[in-house]
Amino acid sequence: MSSLTSNLLKHADTPTGREEAWRFTPLKRLAGLHDRETNVVDQPSLFQKSGDQAGVSLKLVAADSVPPISTTDDVIVERIRESVSRVTLLEINRNSEVSQPITLNRKNSVDKELSRTVIRAGSNSKATVIIENTGGSLIGEEIEIILDSGATLNFVTLQEWENTTVHLARHHAIVGRDATFNSITVSVGGSVVRILPTVEYTGPGASAELLGVYFATDGQHLEHRIHVDHGVPHAKSRVNYKGALAGNQARSVWIGDVFIRAIAEGTDTYELNRNLLLTDGARADSVPNLEIETGEIIGAGHASTTGRFDDEQLFYLMSRGIASEEARRLVIRGFFSEIIGKIGDEVIEERLMSRIDNDLAKVGA
Amino acid sequence: MSSLVIKNLRVGVETDSGLTEILKGVDLTVNSGETHAIMGPNGSGKSTLAYSIAGHPKYTIMGGTVTLDGVDVLEMSVDERAKAGLFLAMQYPVEVPGVSVSNFLRTAATALRGEAPKIRTWVGEVKAAMTKLNMDPAFSERSVNEGFSGGEKKRHEILQLELLKPKIAILDETDSGLDVDALRIVSEGVNRVKVESNIGVLLITHYTRILRYIKPDFVHVFANGHIVEEGGAELADKLEEHGYAEYIKA
Repeated sequence: MSSLTSNLLKHADTPTGREEAWRFTPLKRLAGLHDRETNVVDQPSLFQKSGDQAGVSLKLVAADSVPPISTTDDVIVERIRESVSRVTLLEINRNSEVSQPITLNRKNSVDKELSRTVIRAGSNSKATVIIENTGGSLIGEEIEIILDSGATLNFVTLQEWENTTVHLARHHAIVGRDATFNSITVSVGGSVVRILPTVEYTGPGASAELLGVYFATDGQHLEHRIHVDHGVPHAKSRVNYKGALAGNQARSVWIGDVFIRAIAEGTDTYELNRNLLLTDGARADSVPNLEIETGEIIGAGHASTTGRFDDEQLFYLMSRGIASEEARRLVIRGFFSEIIGKIGDEVIEERLMSRIDNDLAKVGA
Repeated sequence: MSSLVIKNLRVGVETDSGLTEILKGVDLTVNSGETHAIMGPNGSGKSTLAYSIAGHPKYTIMGGTVTLDGVDVLEMSVDERAKAGLFLAMQYPVEVPGVSVSNFLRTAATALRGEAPKIRTWVGEVKAAMTKLNMDPAFSERSVNEGFSGGEKKRHEILQLELLKPKIAILDETDSGLDVDALRIVSEGVNRVKVESNIGVLLITHYTRILRYIKPDFVHVFANGHIVEEGGAELADKLEEHGYAEYIKA
């Protein structure tokens, strides 16, 4: 029996909140998604908004035909793997360069759903996948993203949920030799959003960039638990997440685990998390972890800062006649634009910025 | 014709030992078309004067008045002071990451003019002003002050002065950190605005160097939180020769 199978058979217990992986998460607000006692429907809900595209196929397949490749100890993912009968499979043909983004959107039709998606980027393919998560939902999802050698995949997920949604997800990339995975994770909606953006490498020369922004207002819990496993030599990772929080009980959690195994000589990694607390009553937890088993690396570093609004920036802008609210809006847009500006779609970028503006206005920050 | 009138202005900052008075009664009037140089040693309160007129929240007004054309400036918020016609070119302009110079300038011009400038004339206006200050057009796509050299920051301040056309401009150590060429370019910018818009200028400096390019009508020596001597341009020559020693002793 492979370690993978044995791992699948070993049930993780329902979390109590004392586990390291769950200690920040408000379990009571998960509507039982994490709890085997609660009934959840197996329901693929992603559709191709961008229509047919050459070199791209999206279909529903039997779960047996695409068994999970990666191992996990996350209880939600285990539950998804046990439960789902059909999997959404998105394939980008090898050597295909898909010029327009492949945009998937979400059509939830059930109360509580579990879904699995597999994205396979064939060797030397080049594509951008954008997943637009909107609406009200309770969803546990696993997305496995496999990049064959030399593939380049830009992977953008937009959590623009209504503020009642619970979204528990693992976005796991398996990056092959000389492949490049660039991801942008944007979480602005939802009641509880807990995403595990994780990466493993299967060949040297592989590279992953994990960028993210989150903006939490009144009562929102937005959690991102990054894990990058450097298990091959000469792979690169860059992590940069920026978050802002405003309003009472606004909450963010950022965990950045980077593991450099003994075999991973020539690793080059850096991770960064910056949080901006815009009002009292908000709380940001930020925990970077770097575990290194070899000294033969190019570089490994991390930084985490959490601070308040810079009054000097505000003064500078206001001294040019710009009113206080407008000045704050400019500074916050500027803070996020470093990452949002990389999405490369002006309509989406403006939509996200407007949502942030509106949320800011609502909490009066 | 505008007048900035400062009367018996007393300003303090909060320190560990409570409110500490820095400006100890400043009297000064700056009218349109006049250039006043305020000169003094480090720590004399020159910058405090500049920042308290602009309304920086760090400073507490302890007494006195500041009016612009008879209207109380001290009651205004920072942006209202700018709208009233005051401009402060800062010694250390603040970085605003992710906000482009072009976006910043247009937002400021919109706020001050009460309506968004027409895009075509505005682009031309900015371009012309940048050319005169020897600035690369690519500059406008960079984030405000981020990664700017000292000279670029000061040129950017004067670019704003040219575009925003205040009634009274306060230039806080605009000459510091500039090489001769940059000092000349920046000074020419100030002189252009003086001629075109007849603004009043309050030039704060430690050194007499900039006064070779921007001719003051009045020179005020500042020490220990107030003006200790006043005169014409010739007073600057005296300072050039003798320094501030006699004022510090006093």
